[in-house]
Amino acid sequence: MSFLTLDRVSHHYFYKNGYTKALENISFTLKEGEFISLLGPSGCGKSTILSIISGLFKQTEGHVTLENKPITESKLAIGYMLQQDYLFPWKTILSNALLGPKITNNNEDSMRQTALQLLEEVGLSGVADKYPTELSGGMRQRVALVRTLINDPKILLLDEPFSALDYQTKLKLEDLVGKLLKTYHKSAILVTHDIGEAIAMSDRILVMGSNPGTIAKSFEVPIELRNQLPLEVRKHPKYQILFDKIWAELEEKEKQKGRSS
Amino acid sequence: MKNDETLFTAYQKNLKRERKIILSWQLLILISFISLWEVSSKMYWIDPLLFSSPTRITLSLFERFINGSMFTHLSVTLFETILGFIIGTIGGVIIASSLWSSNRFSRIMDPYLVVLNAMPKVALGPIIIVALGPGYLSIITMGFLVSVIITTLTVYSAFNEVDPNYEKVLKSFGATKWQCFKEAVFPATLPTIISMLKVNVGLSWVGVIVGEYLVSKQGLGYLIIYGFQVFDFTLVMSSLVIIAILAAMMYKIVERIERWLIKNTK
Ligand SMILES: Nc1ncnc2c1ncn2[C@@H]1O[C@H](COP(=O)(O)OP(=O)(O)OP(=O)(O)O)[C@@H](O)[C@H]1O
Ligand SMILES: [Mg+2]
Repeated sequence: MSFLTLDRVSHHYFYKNGYTKALENISFTLKEGEFISLLGPSGCGKSTILSIISGLFKQTEGHVTLENKPITESKLAIGYMLQQDYLFPWKTILSNALLGPKITNNNEDSMRQTALQLLEEVGLSGVADKYPTELSGGMRQRVALVRTLINDPKILLLDEPFSALDYQTKLKLEDLVGKLLKTYHKSAILVTHDIGEAIAMSDRILVMGSNPGTIAKSFEVPIELRNQLPLEVRKHPKYQILFDKIWAELEEKEKQKGRSS
Repeated sequence: MKNDETLFTAYQKNLKRERKIILSWQLLILISFISLWEVSSKMYWIDPLLFSSPTRITLSLFERFINGSMFTHLSVTLFETILGFIIGTIGGVIIASSLWSSNRFSRIMDPYLVVLNAMPKVALGPIIIVALGPGYLSIITMGFLVSVIITTLTVYSAFNEVDPNYEKVLKSFGATKWQCFKEAVFPATLPTIISMLKVNVGLSWVGVIVGEYLVSKQGLGYLIIYGFQVFDFTLVMSSLVIIAILAAMMYKIVERIERWLIKNTK
Protein backbone atom coordinates (compact mmCIF):
# COMPACT_ATOMS: atom_id res chain seq x y z
CA MET A 1 0.00 0.00 0.00
CA SER A 2 1.35 3.42 -0.83
CA PHE A 3 1.79 5.62 2.15
CA LEU A 4 3.28 8.86 0.91
CA THR A 5 2.61 9.76 -2.72
CA LEU A 6 4.03 12.55 -4.83
CA ASP A 7 2.00 13.01 -7.98
CA ARG A 8 3.48 15.15 -10.76
CA VAL A 9 4.88 17.68 -8.34
CA SER A 10 6.58 20.76 -9.73
CA HIS A 11 7.97 23.72 -7.87
CA HIS A 12 9.00 27.20 -8.91
CA TYR A 13 10.92 29.73 -6.84
CA PHE A 14 9.89 33.25 -7.79
CA TYR A 15 11.88 36.41 -7.32
CA LYS A 16 11.43 39.99 -8.39
CA ASN A 17 12.93 39.60 -11.84
CA GLY A 18 12.66 35.95 -12.67
CA TYR A 19 12.05 32.47 -11.41
CA THR A 20 13.72 29.09 -11.09
CA LYS A 21 11.93 25.89 -11.88
CA ALA A 22 13.42 23.72 -9.16
CA LEU A 23 11.31 20.60 -9.70
CA GLU A 24 9.41 19.20 -12.67
CA ASN A 25 6.94 16.34 -12.66
CA ILE A 26 8.27 14.51 -9.65
CA SER A 27 6.27 11.36 -8.99
CA PHE A 28 7.13 8.60 -6.55
CA THR A 29 5.66 6.72 -3.66
CA LEU A 30 7.05 5.73 -0.31
CA LYS A 31 5.68 2.59 1.32
CA GLU A 32 5.27 2.22 5.03
CA GLY A 33 8.57 1.18 6.57
CA GLU A 34 10.46 1.85 3.36
CA PHE A 35 13.73 3.75 3.16
CA ILE A 36 14.41 5.80 0.03
CA SER A 37 17.53 7.78 -0.83
CA LEU A 38 17.69 10.75 -3.17
CA LEU A 39 20.97 11.13 -5.02
CA GLY A 40 21.80 13.87 -7.45
CA PRO A 41 23.99 16.82 -8.35
CA SER A 42 23.96 19.94 -6.22
CA GLY A 43 21.01 22.19 -6.91
CA CYS A 44 18.79 19.50 -8.44
CA GLY A 45 16.05 20.17 -5.89
CA LYS A 46 16.56 17.49 -3.25
CA SER A 47 16.11 19.84 -0.33
CA THR A 48 13.12 21.37 -2.07
CA ILE A 49 11.40 17.96 -2.18
CA LEU A 50 11.95 17.44 1.53
CA SER A 51 10.72 20.93 2.39
CA ILE A 52 7.53 20.32 0.44
CA ILE A 53 6.89 16.98 2.13
CA SER A 54 7.53 18.49 5.55
CA GLY A 55 5.01 21.23 4.81
CA LEU A 56 7.47 24.13 5.11
CA PHE A 57 6.02 25.42 1.86
CA LYS A 58 3.58 24.22 -0.77
CA GLN A 59 4.49 22.97 -4.23
CA THR A 60 3.37 25.19 -7.10
CA GLU A 61 1.88 22.25 -9.06
CA GLY A 62 0.84 18.66 -8.41
CA HIS A 63 -0.26 16.78 -5.32
CA VAL A 64 1.39 15.33 -2.25
CA THR A 65 -0.74 12.90 -0.28
CA LEU A 66 -0.20 10.92 2.89
CA GLU A 67 -2.61 8.00 3.34
CA ASN A 68 -4.71 9.45 0.53
CA LYS A 69 -5.14 12.81 2.25
CA PRO A 70 -3.37 16.00 1.16
CA ILE A 71 -0.21 16.33 3.20
CA THR A 72 -1.35 19.65 4.65
CA GLU A 73 -4.36 17.99 6.28
CA SER A 74 -2.52 14.97 7.56
CA LYS A 75 -2.15 14.61 11.31
CA LEU A 76 0.78 12.22 11.05
CA ALA A 77 3.98 13.74 12.31
CA ILE A 78 6.87 14.18 9.92
CA GLY A 79 10.37 14.55 11.32
CA TYR A 80 12.83 16.73 9.45
CA MET A 81 16.52 16.54 10.19
CA LEU A 82 18.73 19.16 8.57
CA GLN A 83 22.30 18.95 7.32
CA GLN A 84 23.57 20.78 10.39
CA ASP A 85 22.15 20.06 13.80
CA TYR A 86 20.75 23.55 14.51
CA LEU A 87 20.54 22.85 18.20
CA PHE A 88 19.49 25.99 20.05
CA PRO A 89 22.64 27.18 21.84
CA TRP A 90 20.72 28.85 24.69
CA LYS A 91 18.83 25.66 25.59
CA THR A 92 20.19 22.65 27.43
CA ILE A 93 20.45 19.33 25.62
CA LEU A 94 17.29 18.12 27.33
CA SER A 95 15.31 21.25 26.41
CA ASN A 96 16.59 20.91 22.87
CA ALA A 97 15.38 17.34 22.72
CA LEU A 98 12.02 18.41 24.13
CA LEU A 99 11.47 21.16 21.57
CA GLY A 100 8.93 19.16 19.55
CA PRO A 101 6.65 18.33 22.51
CA LYS A 102 6.88 21.95 23.63
CA ILE A 103 5.72 23.26 20.26
CA THR A 104 2.91 20.75 19.91
CA ASN A 105 1.86 21.22 23.55
CA ASN A 106 2.42 17.56 24.06
CA ASN A 107 2.87 17.60 27.80
CA GLU A 108 6.55 18.33 28.14
CA ASP A 109 6.87 16.84 31.61
CA SER A 110 5.67 13.37 30.70
CA MET A 111 7.98 13.42 27.66
CA ARG A 112 11.02 14.04 29.84
CA GLN A 113 11.39 10.38 30.57
CA THR A 114 11.11 9.50 26.88
CA ALA A 115 13.73 12.10 26.03
CA LEU A 116 16.20 10.80 28.62
CA GLN A 117 15.61 7.26 27.44
CA LEU A 118 16.18 8.18 23.79
CA LEU A 119 19.33 10.10 24.71
CA GLU A 120 20.60 7.02 26.46
CA GLU A 121 19.68 4.87 23.48
CA VAL A 122 21.86 6.98 21.18
CA GLY A 123 24.69 6.74 23.68
CA LEU A 124 24.35 10.12 25.34
CA SER A 125 23.60 9.52 28.97
CA GLY A 126 24.63 12.22 31.40
CA VAL A 127 24.69 15.17 29.02
CA ALA A 128 21.07 16.25 29.54
CA ASP A 129 21.97 19.41 31.45
CA LYS A 130 24.87 20.45 29.26
CA TYR A 131 24.72 23.04 26.52
CA PRO A 132 25.22 22.24 22.81
CA THR A 133 28.58 24.05 22.65
CA GLU A 134 29.98 21.53 25.11
CA LEU A 135 29.34 18.60 22.73
CA SER A 136 31.23 17.29 19.72
CA GLY A 137 29.76 17.39 16.21
CA GLY A 138 28.76 13.73 16.27
CA MET A 139 27.12 14.06 19.68
CA ARG A 140 25.21 17.13 18.57
CA GLN A 141 23.92 15.36 15.50
CA ARG A 142 22.71 12.53 17.76
CA VAL A 143 20.85 15.05 19.90
CA ALA A 144 19.27 16.40 16.73
CA LEU A 145 18.24 12.84 15.92
CA VAL A 146 16.57 12.49 19.31
CA ARG A 147 14.83 15.82 18.81
CA THR A 148 13.49 14.53 15.50
CA LEU A 149 12.41 11.15 16.85
CA ILE A 150 10.71 12.30 20.03
CA ASN A 151 7.44 13.30 18.39
CA ASP A 152 7.28 9.76 17.02
CA PRO A 153 7.13 10.80 13.36
CA LYS A 154 5.86 8.27 10.87
CA ILE A 155 8.18 9.60 8.20
CA LEU A 156 11.71 10.80 8.71
CA LEU A 157 13.23 13.29 6.28
CA LEU A 158 17.02 13.36 6.48
CA ASP A 159 18.79 16.12 4.54
CA GLU A 160 22.46 15.11 4.39
CA PRO A 161 22.49 14.62 8.15
CA PHE A 162 25.94 13.05 8.23
CA SER A 163 27.81 15.13 5.68
CA ALA A 164 29.46 17.43 8.21
CA LEU A 165 30.93 14.54 10.20
CA ASP A 166 34.18 12.66 9.93
CA TYR A 167 34.07 9.26 8.24
CA GLN A 168 34.15 7.10 11.35
CA THR A 169 31.49 9.04 13.21
CA LYS A 170 29.41 9.00 10.07
CA LEU A 171 29.54 5.19 9.73
CA LYS A 172 28.61 4.76 13.38
CA LEU A 173 25.68 7.14 13.08
CA GLU A 174 24.49 5.42 9.93
CA ASP A 175 24.41 2.17 11.89
CA LEU A 176 22.55 3.81 14.74
CA VAL A 177 19.94 5.45 12.52
CA GLY A 178 19.52 2.26 10.49
CA LYS A 179 18.94 0.25 13.64
CA LEU A 180 16.52 2.74 15.17
CA LEU A 181 14.45 3.00 12.01
CA LYS A 182 14.26 -0.78 11.68
CA THR A 183 13.18 -1.29 15.30
CA TYR A 184 10.56 1.45 15.23
CA HIS A 185 9.49 0.53 11.72
CA LYS A 186 9.65 4.02 10.28
CA SER A 187 9.68 5.25 6.70
CA ALA A 188 12.44 7.59 5.69
CA ILE A 189 13.75 9.69 2.83
CA LEU A 190 17.47 10.40 2.90
CA VAL A 191 19.19 13.05 0.82
CA THR A 192 22.88 12.39 0.32
CA HIS A 193 25.81 12.94 -2.00
CA ASP A 194 27.43 9.70 -0.92
CA ILE A 195 26.54 6.74 -3.11
CA GLY A 196 27.88 4.33 -0.50
CA GLU A 197 25.69 5.78 2.17
CA ALA A 198 22.65 5.58 -0.10
CA ILE A 199 23.23 1.90 -0.85
CA ALA A 200 24.09 1.05 2.72
CA MET A 201 20.97 2.57 4.21
CA SER A 202 18.12 2.34 1.75
CA ASP A 203 15.73 -0.02 0.03
CA ARG A 204 15.47 2.09 -3.07
CA ILE A 205 17.59 4.85 -4.59
CA LEU A 206 16.23 7.62 -6.79
CA VAL A 207 18.83 9.34 -8.97
CA MET A 208 17.84 12.85 -9.94
CA GLY A 209 18.70 15.06 -12.88
CA SER A 210 18.86 18.82 -12.70
CA ASN A 211 17.61 21.96 -14.41
CA PRO A 212 14.80 21.46 -13.60
CA GLY A 213 14.97 18.66 -11.05
CA THR A 214 13.53 15.39 -12.27
CA ILE A 215 13.74 11.76 -11.25
CA ALA A 216 16.03 10.17 -13.78
CA LYS A 217 16.26 6.61 -12.59
CA SER A 218 15.26 4.36 -9.76
CA PHE A 219 17.48 1.56 -8.40
CA GLU A 220 16.27 -1.24 -6.13
CA VAL A 221 18.80 -2.27 -3.54
CA PRO A 222 19.22 -6.09 -3.60
CA ILE A 223 17.31 -7.85 -0.84
CA GLU A 224 20.53 -9.33 0.61
CA LEU A 225 21.82 -5.85 1.41
CA ARG A 226 18.69 -4.45 2.95
CA ASN A 227 18.68 -6.22 6.27
CA GLN A 228 22.35 -5.69 6.97
CA LEU A 229 23.76 -2.87 9.00
CA PRO A 230 25.34 -0.08 6.88
CA LEU A 231 28.88 -1.03 7.84
CA GLU A 232 28.37 -4.65 6.78
CA VAL A 233 26.70 -3.72 3.50
CA ARG A 234 29.84 -2.01 2.30
CA LYS A 235 31.69 -5.34 2.41
CA HIS A 236 29.11 -7.28 0.37
CA PRO A 237 30.05 -8.17 -3.25
CA LYS A 238 26.73 -6.92 -4.58
CA TYR A 239 27.44 -3.52 -3.07
CA GLN A 240 30.20 -2.81 -5.58
CA ILE A 241 28.06 -3.82 -8.57
CA LEU A 242 25.28 -1.41 -7.59
CA PHE A 243 27.79 1.28 -6.74
CA ASP A 244 29.25 1.11 -10.25
CA LYS A 245 25.82 1.27 -11.89
CA ILE A 246 24.82 4.34 -9.95
CA TRP A 247 28.20 5.92 -10.53
CA ALA A 248 27.76 5.47 -14.29
CA GLU A 249 24.29 7.03 -14.14
CA LEU A 250 25.57 10.06 -12.24
CA GLU A 251 28.49 10.45 -14.66
CA GLU A 252 25.97 10.47 -17.50
CA LYS A 253 24.05 13.23 -15.71
CA GLU A 254 27.23 15.24 -15.28
CA LYS A 255 27.96 15.00 -19.00
CA GLN A 256 24.44 16.10 -19.92
CA LYS A 257 24.73 18.98 -17.53
CA GLY A 258 28.03 19.99 -19.15
CA ARG A 259 26.45 19.93 -22.57
CA SER A 260 23.32 21.85 -21.65
CA SER A 261 25.05 24.65 -19.82
CA MET B 1 54.59 20.43 40.35
CA LYS B 2 56.41 22.87 42.60
CA ASN B 3 57.66 24.74 39.60
CA ASP B 4 54.13 25.05 38.12
CA GLU B 5 52.94 26.58 41.36
CA THR B 6 55.72 29.16 41.51
CA LEU B 7 55.14 30.10 37.89
CA PHE B 8 51.47 30.63 38.64
CA THR B 9 52.15 32.80 41.69
CA ALA B 10 54.58 34.84 39.66
CA TYR B 11 51.92 35.29 37.01
CA GLN B 12 49.36 36.39 39.59
CA LYS B 13 51.82 38.82 41.13
CA ASN B 14 52.48 40.27 37.73
CA LEU B 15 48.76 40.79 37.16
CA LYS B 16 48.39 42.58 40.48
CA ARG B 17 51.36 44.81 39.74
CA GLU B 18 49.97 45.74 36.35
CA ARG B 19 46.64 46.65 37.91
CA LYS B 20 48.37 48.87 40.45
CA ILE B 21 50.34 50.67 37.74
CA ILE B 22 47.22 51.40 35.76
CA LEU B 23 45.33 52.66 38.79
CA SER B 24 48.22 54.94 39.80
CA TRP B 25 48.31 56.48 36.34
CA GLN B 26 44.58 57.05 36.39
CA LEU B 27 44.79 58.78 39.75
CA LEU B 28 47.79 60.80 38.63
CA ILE B 29 45.94 62.12 35.58
CA LEU B 30 42.88 63.05 37.66
CA ILE B 31 44.89 64.79 40.36
CA SER B 32 47.07 66.72 37.94
CA PHE B 33 44.02 67.82 35.96
CA ILE B 34 42.30 69.13 39.06
CA SER B 35 45.42 70.80 40.46
CA LEU B 36 46.26 72.38 37.13
CA TRP B 37 42.75 73.75 36.91
CA GLU B 38 42.89 75.09 40.46
CA VAL B 39 46.28 76.69 39.97
CA SER B 40 45.45 78.25 36.58
CA SER B 41 42.30 79.70 38.05
CA LYS B 42 44.09 81.07 41.11
CA MET B 43 46.90 82.54 39.01
CA TYR B 44 44.41 84.04 36.51
CA TRP B 45 45.86 82.04 33.62
CA ILE B 46 42.24 81.33 32.80
CA ASP B 47 39.31 83.55 33.67
CA PRO B 48 37.95 82.23 36.99
CA LEU B 49 34.57 83.81 36.23
CA LEU B 50 34.18 81.64 33.16
CA PHE B 51 36.00 78.46 34.10
CA SER B 52 35.47 78.51 37.86
CA SER B 53 37.76 76.29 39.93
CA PRO B 54 37.60 72.94 41.71
CA THR B 55 37.39 74.52 45.17
CA ARG B 56 34.57 76.84 44.17
CA ILE B 57 32.69 73.97 42.57
CA THR B 58 33.13 71.82 45.65
CA LEU B 59 31.94 74.61 47.94
CA SER B 60 28.96 75.39 45.75
CA LEU B 61 28.00 71.73 45.55
CA PHE B 62 28.37 71.37 49.29
CA GLU B 63 26.10 74.31 49.92
CA ARG B 64 23.47 73.12 47.50
CA PHE B 65 23.46 69.63 48.91
CA ILE B 66 23.14 70.99 52.44
CA ASN B 67 20.10 73.10 51.62
CA GLY B 68 18.68 70.22 49.56
CA SER B 69 18.20 72.13 46.33
CA MET B 70 20.71 70.05 44.37
CA PHE B 71 19.07 66.86 45.46
CA THR B 72 15.70 67.97 44.07
CA HIS B 73 17.19 68.85 40.69
CA LEU B 74 19.23 65.70 40.60
CA SER B 75 16.34 63.39 41.38
CA VAL B 76 14.09 65.06 38.82
CA THR B 77 16.63 64.59 36.05
CA LEU B 78 17.46 61.07 37.14
CA PHE B 79 13.79 60.10 37.20
CA GLU B 80 13.21 61.52 33.72
CA THR B 81 16.30 59.84 32.30
CA ILE B 82 15.56 56.42 33.73
CA LEU B 83 11.97 56.55 32.53
CA GLY B 84 12.99 57.75 29.08
CA PHE B 85 15.60 55.01 28.92
CA ILE B 86 13.20 52.24 29.93
CA ILE B 87 10.36 53.37 27.68
CA GLY B 88 12.73 53.92 24.78
CA THR B 89 14.31 50.49 25.06
CA ILE B 90 11.14 48.50 25.67
CA GLY B 91 9.22 50.56 23.12
CA GLY B 92 11.91 49.97 20.51
CA VAL B 93 11.86 46.22 21.09
CA ILE B 94 8.06 46.12 20.89
CA ILE B 95 7.96 48.13 17.66
CA ALA B 96 10.71 45.94 16.19
CA SER B 97 8.71 42.85 17.11
CA SER B 98 5.59 44.15 15.42
CA LEU B 99 7.62 45.01 12.33
CA TRP B 100 8.98 41.47 12.33
CA SER B 101 5.55 39.94 12.75
CA SER B 102 4.28 41.40 9.50
CA ASN B 103 6.45 41.72 6.48
CA ARG B 104 3.92 43.98 4.85
CA PHE B 105 3.78 46.30 7.86
CA SER B 106 7.56 46.59 7.94
CA ARG B 107 7.69 47.46 4.26
CA ILE B 108 4.98 50.07 4.68
CA MET B 109 6.82 51.63 7.62
CA ASP B 110 10.26 51.52 6.01
CA PRO B 111 10.44 55.08 4.55
CA TYR B 112 9.03 56.62 7.72
CA LEU B 113 11.60 54.86 9.87
CA VAL B 114 14.40 55.96 7.57
CA VAL B 115 13.31 59.59 7.82
CA LEU B 116 12.75 59.44 11.57
CA ASN B 117 16.14 57.87 12.07
CA ALA B 118 17.93 60.46 9.96
CA MET B 119 16.09 63.28 11.72
CA PRO B 120 17.90 64.82 14.71
CA LYS B 121 15.29 64.01 17.33
CA VAL B 122 16.12 66.95 19.60
CA ALA B 123 15.03 69.24 16.75
CA LEU B 124 11.50 68.06 17.46
CA GLY B 125 11.73 69.57 20.96
CA PRO B 126 9.61 72.69 20.40
CA ILE B 127 6.85 70.69 18.74
CA ILE B 128 6.77 68.16 21.57
CA ILE B 129 6.54 70.94 24.11
CA VAL B 130 3.69 72.57 22.23
CA ALA B 131 1.90 69.25 21.97
CA LEU B 132 2.49 67.84 25.46
CA GLY B 133 2.87 71.00 27.50
CA PRO B 134 5.95 72.26 29.35
CA GLY B 135 6.51 69.58 31.97
CA TYR B 136 7.85 66.16 32.80
CA LEU B 137 5.89 64.53 30.03
CA SER B 138 7.66 66.49 27.30
CA ILE B 139 11.07 65.86 28.76
CA ILE B 140 10.52 62.15 29.23
CA THR B 141 9.22 62.02 25.66
CA MET B 142 12.44 63.61 24.49
CA GLY B 143 14.49 61.10 26.46
CA PHE B 144 12.53 58.26 24.93
CA LEU B 145 12.39 59.62 21.40
CA VAL B 146 16.14 59.86 21.08
CA SER B 147 16.62 56.15 21.78
CA VAL B 148 13.47 54.49 20.46
CA ILE B 149 14.05 54.72 16.71
CA ILE B 150 17.63 53.51 16.76
CA THR B 151 16.60 50.67 19.09
CA THR B 152 13.81 49.72 16.71
CA LEU B 153 16.08 49.65 13.68
CA THR B 154 18.95 47.83 15.36
CA VAL B 155 16.77 45.19 16.99
CA TYR B 156 14.67 44.71 13.87
CA SER B 157 17.71 44.10 11.71
CA ALA B 158 19.04 41.68 14.35
CA PHE B 159 15.71 39.82 14.22
CA ASN B 160 16.15 39.44 10.49
CA GLU B 161 19.69 38.17 10.79
CA VAL B 162 18.72 35.16 12.88
CA ASP B 163 19.60 32.00 10.96
CA PRO B 164 16.35 30.97 9.21
CA ASN B 165 17.20 27.32 9.81
CA TYR B 166 16.18 27.63 13.46
CA GLU B 167 12.75 28.65 12.28
CA LYS B 168 12.82 25.78 9.82
CA VAL B 169 13.37 23.35 12.68
CA LEU B 170 10.47 24.87 14.61
CA LYS B 171 8.14 24.99 11.64
CA SER B 172 8.81 21.35 10.93
CA PHE B 173 7.19 20.72 14.31
CA GLY B 174 4.29 22.91 13.20
CA ALA B 175 5.25 26.00 15.19
CA THR B 176 3.24 29.20 14.79
CA LYS B 177 4.89 32.51 14.01
CA TRP B 178 4.60 33.52 17.66
CA GLN B 179 6.27 30.29 18.77
CA CYS B 180 9.09 30.89 16.28
CA PHE B 181 9.54 34.34 17.80
CA LYS B 182 9.49 33.12 21.36
CA GLU B 183 11.72 30.07 20.88
CA ALA B 184 14.24 31.23 18.29
CA VAL B 185 14.16 34.82 17.11
CA PHE B 186 13.91 36.60 20.46
CA PRO B 187 16.45 34.52 22.42
CA ALA B 188 18.90 34.66 19.51
CA THR B 189 18.62 38.46 19.48
CA LEU B 190 18.86 38.96 23.23
CA PRO B 191 22.60 39.79 23.17
CA THR B 192 21.91 42.62 20.70
CA ILE B 193 19.06 43.93 22.83
CA ILE B 194 21.25 43.83 25.92
CA SER B 195 24.07 45.71 24.22
CA MET B 196 21.47 48.26 23.10
CA LEU B 197 20.86 49.08 26.78
CA LYS B 198 24.28 50.69 27.14
CA VAL B 199 23.86 52.82 24.05
CA ASN B 200 20.44 53.95 25.21
CA VAL B 201 21.68 55.16 28.59
CA GLY B 202 23.80 57.76 26.82
CA LEU B 203 21.07 58.68 24.35
CA SER B 204 18.43 59.20 27.03
CA TRP B 205 20.72 61.64 28.85
CA VAL B 206 21.03 63.66 25.64
CA GLY B 207 17.26 63.81 25.19
CA VAL B 208 16.49 64.72 28.78
CA ILE B 209 19.16 67.41 29.15
CA VAL B 210 18.14 69.07 25.89
CA GLY B 211 14.49 68.81 26.98
CA GLU B 212 15.35 70.57 30.23
CA TYR B 213 17.27 73.26 28.35
CA LEU B 214 14.13 74.03 26.43
CA VAL B 215 11.44 74.01 29.00
CA SER B 216 11.90 73.03 32.59
CA LYS B 217 11.87 74.80 35.92
CA GLN B 218 13.84 71.99 37.56
CA GLY B 219 16.58 69.52 36.79
CA LEU B 220 20.29 69.56 35.98
CA GLY B 221 19.70 70.78 32.42
CA TYR B 222 17.74 73.67 33.86
CA LEU B 223 20.55 74.47 36.30
CA ILE B 224 23.04 74.63 33.43
CA ILE B 225 20.90 77.02 31.40
CA TYR B 226 20.06 79.08 34.48
CA GLY B 227 23.72 79.34 35.48
CA PHE B 228 24.58 80.35 31.94
CA GLN B 229 21.95 83.09 31.92
CA VAL B 230 22.94 84.60 35.27
CA PHE B 231 26.64 84.16 34.48
CA ASP B 232 27.19 81.73 37.35
CA PHE B 233 29.62 79.33 35.72
CA THR B 234 30.40 77.62 38.98
CA LEU B 235 26.81 76.41 38.91
CA VAL B 236 27.18 75.24 35.30
CA MET B 237 30.34 73.32 36.13
CA SER B 238 28.83 71.81 39.28
CA SER B 239 25.88 70.51 37.30
CA LEU B 240 28.21 69.06 34.70
CA VAL B 241 30.16 67.24 37.39
CA ILE B 242 26.97 65.77 38.83
CA ILE B 243 25.79 64.71 35.36
CA ALA B 244 29.11 63.03 34.66
CA ILE B 245 28.96 61.11 37.93
CA LEU B 246 25.33 60.06 37.50
CA ALA B 247 25.75 59.04 33.87
CA ALA B 248 28.80 56.95 34.73
CA MET B 249 26.96 55.31 37.62
CA MET B 250 23.97 54.49 35.45
CA TYR B 251 26.26 53.04 32.82
CA LYS B 252 27.94 50.84 35.41
CA ILE B 253 24.59 49.66 36.76
CA VAL B 254 23.39 48.81 33.27
CA GLU B 255 26.63 46.93 32.75
CA ARG B 256 25.88 44.90 35.88
CA ILE B 257 22.36 44.21 34.67
CA GLU B 258 23.79 43.17 31.34
CA ARG B 259 26.16 40.69 32.93
CA TRP B 260 23.39 39.32 35.09
CA LEU B 261 21.07 38.95 32.10
CA ILE B 262 23.70 37.16 30.04
CA LYS B 263 24.36 34.73 32.85
CA ASN B 264 20.72 34.04 33.60
CA THR B 265 19.33 33.76 30.10
CA LYS B 266 21.95 31.41 28.74
N1 LIG C 1 14.72 29.82 -1.12
C1 LIG C 1 15.03 29.76 -2.42
N2 LIG C 1 14.80 30.81 -3.24
C2 LIG C 1 15.11 30.75 -4.53
N3 LIG C 1 15.66 29.70 -5.15
C3 LIG C 1 15.93 28.62 -4.42
C4 LIG C 1 15.63 28.59 -3.00
N4 LIG C 1 16.00 27.40 -2.53
C5 LIG C 1 16.50 26.72 -3.58
N5 LIG C 1 16.46 27.44 -4.72
C6 LIG C 1 16.90 26.99 -6.04
O1 LIG C 1 16.22 25.79 -6.36
C7 LIG C 1 17.10 24.82 -6.89
C8 LIG C 1 17.06 23.58 -6.05
O2 LIG C 1 17.57 23.86 -4.78
P1 LIG C 1 17.70 22.77 -3.62
O3 LIG C 1 18.21 23.47 -2.42
O4 LIG C 1 16.44 22.03 -3.50
O5 LIG C 1 18.85 21.83 -4.23
P2 LIG C 1 19.59 20.58 -3.57
O6 LIG C 1 19.42 19.45 -4.51
O7 LIG C 1 19.15 20.37 -2.18
O8 LIG C 1 21.10 21.07 -3.59
P3 LIG C 1 22.29 20.71 -2.59
O9 LIG C 1 22.71 19.32 -2.92
O10 LIG C 1 23.37 21.69 -2.94
O11 LIG C 1 21.78 20.87 -1.20
C9 LIG C 1 18.46 25.49 -6.98
O12 LIG C 1 18.65 25.92 -8.31
C10 LIG C 1 18.38 26.65 -6.04
O13 LIG C 1 19.13 27.73 -6.57
MG1 LIG D 1 20.14 20.60 -0.24
